[in-house]
Amino acid sequence: MDHMPENWGRPRSEIYGVYNSAIHNAGPATHTQQPSITGTSVIALKYNKGVMLAADNLASYGSLARFTDQERLIKVGKETVVGISGDVSDMQYIELLLERLIIEDNYEQDGHNLRAPHIYEYLSRVMYNRRSKVDPLWNAILVAGKKDDGSPFLAYVDLLGVTYTSPSIATGFGAYLAVPLLRKIASDDGDEKNITEEQARAAIDECMKVLFYRDARSLDKYSVATVTTDGEVTIEQNVRCKDMSWRFAEHIHGYGTQKM
Amino acid sequence: MFRNSYDNDSITYSPTGRLFQVEYALEAIKQGSASVGLVSKTHAVVVALKASGENIYICADLVVIRSAEELGSYQKKIIRIDDHLGIALAGLAPDARVLSNFMRQQAMSSRMIYNRPIPISRVVSAIGDKAQRNTQTYGRRPYGVGLLVAGFDETGPHLFEFQPSGTVLEYFGAAIGARSQSARTYLERNFDQFPEASLEDLVLHGLRALRDTLAQDKELLAQNTSIGIVGLDTKFTLYDNDDVRGWLEKLGNVGSTRGRRPPEEREPEATEDAPVTDAPPPEETDTVEPIETDA
Repeated sequence: MDHMPENWGRPRSEIYGVYNSAIHNAGPATHTQQPSITGTSVIALKYNKGVMLAADNLASYGSLARFTDQERLIKVGKETVVGISGDVSDMQYIELLLERLIIEDNYEQDGHNLRAPHIYEYLSRVMYNRRSKVDPLWNAILVAGKKDDGSPFLAYVDLLGVTYTSPSIATGFGAYLAVPLLRKIASDDGDEKNITEEQARAAIDECMKVLFYRDARSLDKYSVATVTTDGEVTIEQNVRCKDMSWRFAEHIHGYGTQKM
Repeated sequence: MFRNSYDNDSITYSPTGRLFQVEYALEAIKQGSASVGLVSKTHAVVVALKASGENIYICADLVVIRSAEELGSYQKKIIRIDDHLGIALAGLAPDARVLSNFMRQQAMSSRMIYNRPIPISRVVSAIGDKAQRNTQTYGRRPYGVGLLVAGFDETGPHLFEFQPSGTVLEYFGAAIGARSQSARTYLERNFDQFPEASLEDLVLHGLRALRDTLAQDKELLAQNTSIGIVGLDTKFTLYDNDDVRGWLEKLGNVGSTRGRRPPEEREPEATEDAPVTDAPPPEETDTVEPIETDA
């Protein structure tokens, strides 16, 4: 059996003449995009009175720290916060979609309003449909709010249309660095009942500090959003990482083998 | 009233500001057998009288009518739209089918896109807007069916009445179709009891209202009565045939009281059992109300 897909369906040279290798080398059509201006991790965890999210204020242009005032946590409707990482122009498009969604939802003034689980389902459909057209919105999104039964709601959707929900979630580098730290207090469903607001905030601040140490595309200035099960949304801006230690830098010379 | 030069199409006003085609559509509803709806704090209920072959088709031979009733099937009057929502119809059943399919699409769309059951007020606004379009488009006719939409959403149980004009109004109790004024009279007299009524009492109120729409010597039977119920912990459930026997037994008296009540309580008989023929109908006592306009 020939295990090379490039050779499957190929006519035999003895019968049909020498194979035109231009066909063989053509390859599939590719429409892969790349993001241009990007935001890094968004992190979040549930606590006893709701959900807390954080995202730094950096919009990077590759390795250039281009804009340091980019807000990536969005309040949607009355009781929902959406945090977005990835391409910033796609993030702005999503903000526009959400704004239109809320405006239309408010036309009737009939006592029915879209809440976090509904906004999440809507965004999941948008993201998956764009992926299916091979024209993704290059983002990873966290949606936070409260469920119909009043308990905290936190869920993830990304450019592939992948969805999941968990007591603690983070996108980008946060998935590797922040999630283990968040899971020390919020790992299983129900853990959030034992977490106070102060504990949640301490965990968030610690994770943002670690991310600033280790994520080379991060910033030490960030925003923290709190969505309570009472329906209150607060976004605290211009929070800075505190009590960092960069003394290890004194001993570093160059990038690898340089001694002086 | 039936000889007007302003009634050729839906988009022409009369000099008195009326749209006759829309008003004629309302007449079509009155030819259909009755449907009644009512609402408590916990449930919304619709009950309907199913017409048989005799009332559906033009038929002048009385002998043939009697056997058609026994041989034929009965028109389906209540349609489930979603787990939390259903409708009862009166009038052109095919138009109701088209509207109910549209409502099902709207309901499915809401669950798929937003993961939530569609709010009742929104789905009735959607069919209201759809019906209004046909009153303002050349070449189209208004829908010839009235609907009672019963549902349960986040803001509780609801009953809406839908009309071909596109008017949609929420009610505690409503009745549409032939002789429905009698049902409305019953509802007006008893609606104080509805909010706190148990489900059983609510259904019995509905059946009593429906009974009052029966023509002389007719009865509520398992074959001709339909009940639809929806509530907080009750998905929209349709009761037909054998399933309504229990309710009818609880009701007790299933026969029409027409012709036996004292004259002052009896509603004028003018519209009962009038077959649709070419002859002009008898003097109408139900006044055809002009469409509501901003005065």
